[in-house]
Amino acid sequence: MSNGILVFIEHKAGALNKTSLEAIAAAQQLGNSINAKPTAVVLGAASLANEIAAYDLEKVINVDHTQLAEYTSDTYAAAMEQAVRALDPQYVVMSHTYLVRDFAPKLAARFGKGLISDCIRMNAESDKTVFTRRLFLGKLDADVVSDGEQPIFLTFQSGAFRGDQAVKESSAAVEQMPADVPEPRMKPEAPFQEVKQAVDLSKAEIIVAIGRGIKSKDNIALAEKLCEALGADLAASRPICDAEWLPIDRQIGSSGQTVAPKLYIALGISGAIQHLVGMKNSQTIVAINKDPEAPIFDIADYGIVGDLLEALPVLTEEIRKLKS
Amino acid sequence: MKILVLMKQVANKDAILRINKESTWIEEADLSFEVNESDGYALEEALRIKEKTGAGEVVVVSMGPQRAKSVIKDALARGADRAIHIVGDNVVHLSPFAAATVLAEAVRAEQADLIMSGLQSDDYGYAQTGVILAEILGFPHATIVIEVDASGAELRVKRELESGWYQWYTMPMPALLTIQSGISQIRYATLKGIMAAKKKEIKEVTPSAEIVSKPSHQRIEKIYLPMKTKQTQLLGGGDTKRGAVELAEKLRSEARVI
Repeated sequence: MSNGILVFIEHKAGALNKTSLEAIAAAQQLGNSINAKPTAVVLGAASLANEIAAYDLEKVINVDHTQLAEYTSDTYAAAMEQAVRALDPQYVVMSHTYLVRDFAPKLAARFGKGLISDCIRMNAESDKTVFTRRLFLGKLDADVVSDGEQPIFLTFQSGAFRGDQAVKESSAAVEQMPADVPEPRMKPEAPFQEVKQAVDLSKAEIIVAIGRGIKSKDNIALAEKLCEALGADLAASRPICDAEWLPIDRQIGSSGQTVAPKLYIALGISGAIQHLVGMKNSQTIVAINKDPEAPIFDIADYGIVGDLLEALPVLTEEIRKLKS
Repeated sequence: MKILVLMKQVANKDAILRINKESTWIEEADLSFEVNESDGYALEEALRIKEKTGAGEVVVVSMGPQRAKSVIKDALARGADRAIHIVGDNVVHLSPFAAATVLAEAVRAEQADLIMSGLQSDDYGYAQTGVILAEILGFPHATIVIEVDASGAELRVKRELESGWYQWYTMPMPALLTIQSGISQIRYATLKGIMAAKKKEIKEVTPSAEIVSKPSHQRIEKIYLPMKTKQTQLLGGGDTKRGAVELAEKLRSEARVI
């Protein structure tokens, strides 16, 4: 009945997206519960298929078609649909990246369903598998089971599994799969970066980041004073950059920079998933927030539940004293 | 150009959420609701396109119990021309595929040139309904859109990729776009707008029982507060200033970052 697991490998012009290794790790773990090795699918990028074959997989399927040279949702959905139909797997595993979010719901819809999307963990057992995903921007967790027919389409949040735990094994076979790939209705232009990142926060040792809780642009001066006292760089969550209170090159999160400083102080940041993925590997995390239920406290080492405008001047003053 | 905007009512961002007795959803009594954030930006973008092209219609489509009327009325006050309300007490719990099927049924006859929605809901957070709707209707789509140029015969849209990258796509209409938050500044409803909204049409539609009652392929067994991955030391015990003093000391003596 079960034909194993299909895992989607993402790349940009042949360069592997590292979250795909996390997807392999997830698929391998899922595979242990049903005694099946995952099969990887690489669209385009034949050389990447050989690279992926170094992992412990049933095989690697490569669809190398001229229409797959560039990503579009039309072409990727068409090629993946044919791979899924050919293999008839129990699970299709993908990372919850922007690219997957763009085509995977379309793919699943062709099988009369949606994705169990953005899962953060799973409990895979032979008789029952439970997937956990976040609700309400990270405020609650939900355990989800699938009652429907296979295949079950899954996407995992970046960081839910560790890419370095994807098991390697002597070479899996690479199989070319012919597919009909239509000309896409949407025509992509070349990807580009808006501005050269003027600020590289990835090397900062201490980061003070502000969110909605800072309330007004004038209050940013308070955070700047703390930065001065600490020798820290100032950063922000998305709403602050959207409001143009700080330039976009100071944005932390999935659409901004990913950082892992020694100290990360989150001021008035609730901790939506999109922000957390950009900073959760920081060594020490401090959160100051008036909402005791804010998800940021789930990953904080130190927290103050209260008004950051009240806490900031005191904290700045105390740090100055300790440093002098 | 006829633009449909899909708008969902969700729990207020700052609301304290309480889990229901069955641990399957939140207690909705006494909860305050608001429009899903990115859907608000989708409406703003639709209104701007209509203003730029100087003609056309913006139709709000919302699915939910009667309380969703507040989102609809607010959208009409901001400038939408009319609304379709898919009414049902349990429709908010539909799977993304079922939700998209119900939406397709309700909007197909509108023959829209463009359908827009936010990129995901702030409650279930599936991030799929728009894309599945495009597939059912046979429209091309683009997700996580941050700029729309609707001045030409074809639509040109800027998509956000990860890590500060962007990409423009051109596609024929009819098409569906999911809009990223922050794409523009959202207008307020004016008093004139609020008055005018009272005369605007809100068509109520009942979803077909067959779709709504069909078992979902994904079922929530239980919901709960997230497990903490770290033991957070909460400082100050309710006294913010004392917390700040304690924090400075901890950063020096324990974390050793000062």
